Amino acid sequence: MAGALVLLSIVLITIYFRESSGGGLHGVQSTGAAVLRPFEVGAERVVAPFRDAYNWFAGLVHAKSENARLRTQVDKYRQLAIQSKNAVQENSDLKRQLRFVGSPEFPSGFNYIATEIVSRAPSEFQQQVTIAAGSVNGVRLDDPVVTPDGLVGLVTKVAHNESQVSLVTDPASKVSAMDNVTRATGIVGVGQGRGTLILDRVSKSQSINPDDLIVTQGWRVPPLKSLYPHGIPIGYVTGASQNDLDLYWNVQLHPNVDFGSLQNVLVLVPKKRH
Amino acid sequence: MRFLVEPAKVGVLIFVAAILQVTLFSSAQILGGTPDVVLLTLMAIALLRGSVYGASAGFAAGLLVDTANLGTLGVTSLLLTIAGYWIGRYGETTGRDRLHAPYVSVAVATVLVQFGALFLHYMLGDPVSARIALLDALPAKVLLNLILTLPVYALVRRALAFATVPEGATEVRLLG
Repeated sequence: MAGALVLLSIVLITIYFRESSGGGLHGVQSTGAAVLRPFEVGAERVVAPFRDAYNWFAGLVHAKSENARLRTQVDKYRQLAIQSKNAVQENSDLKRQLRFVGSPEFPSGFNYIATEIVSRAPSEFQQQVTIAAGSVNGVRLDDPVVTPDGLVGLVTKVAHNESQVSLVTDPASKVSAMDNVTRATGIVGVGQGRGTLILDRVSKSQSINPDDLIVTQGWRVPPLKSLYPHGIPIGYVTGASQNDLDLYWNVQLHPNVDFGSLQNVLVLVPKKRH
Repeated sequence: MRFLVEPAKVGVLIFVAAILQVTLFSSAQILGGTPDVVLLTLMAIALLRGSVYGASAGFAAGLLVDTANLGTLGVTSLLLTIAGYWIGRYGETTGRDRLHAPYVSVAVATVLVQFGALFLHYMLGDPVSARIALLDALPAKVLLNLILTLPVYALVRRALAFATVPEGATEVRLLG
């Protein structure tokens, strides 16, 4: 019996396989399918709610797993976006540095080491940052540090691969400076307000105007000379006052450099070291 | 007419299973595989009614499935005829009264039918992927079939017992 059915199956396969699509067996199958069709439709309608329920639950499970997957993707792309944003910002900074290095404003007699800030002082009482360039890169003590915006500070400690830079806003920092317009000279130090600078020792005989750009003086009295090259912007005059008892102008400055968002800097290395 | 009751019940069972298979279970893909209710029903019939019923039910089920799917007529019939016969013989011999017989039958038949289907389709020149059929779908199919073995077996057993006319005397008359 079983053998006969197996044989019949093989015969069916053979005939079905060999005949054309309009053959007899195909026709029988087509008729059979048409007969079965109402049952299939009926069954389909009966099972549709169950299938829908299953699909709903499956969709729910799928949605949960998809949600987790998408959240992971969002986190990943958010990180990428942040990285891209940082890269764009860094690119912009570096382009500005490059333009600055190639411009006439870049101090003559100096080479540069482009580097980045790797750490900042943990408290606001310290006005120092650490840069990713040290003695192996050619950085030496008292090398000035700048950005295209202006003066940042001075190298105060040098390690093998890192250096400490004291910012202009450090209380110990003093920079001989001059008004770029009136040529009035003085010494830039830390002001009373947070992040402000003052231009001290400007005699009353000299004139100072609001919004005047204050730059490094870069004096030279052989064999001595200033640590800073001439003409590096420090800040703008925001106000100046005097009274009869004072010998000097009291000049307030706003720094040119935004020390809060400082990232990439240039260490100026004298071409001829003493 | 009594001799027709049993084949009719088997026929109805196979018909319902085939329709449910092509309408519902074939589209219920779980873990990459689909349960084979036709094979499960066939297993239950073959174990409960023997190899001749198994082979016949397998042939009929195969024809129904191939007709409904417009597949190559005879392919599923061939596979299910052999499967039904083998399960029937197993139930009549070594598997008799063994509790694990349904599970063993289903596991073995599922694997063999899948391999057989792959071989036949390959021989007929159908585009088949052994990786999908054997690695992706088969483990899930075996698992799903094993999970459904007990309920389907119980259901078929109950359906076959339903409205069965008991053999022998149907009434007793007291004498004396």
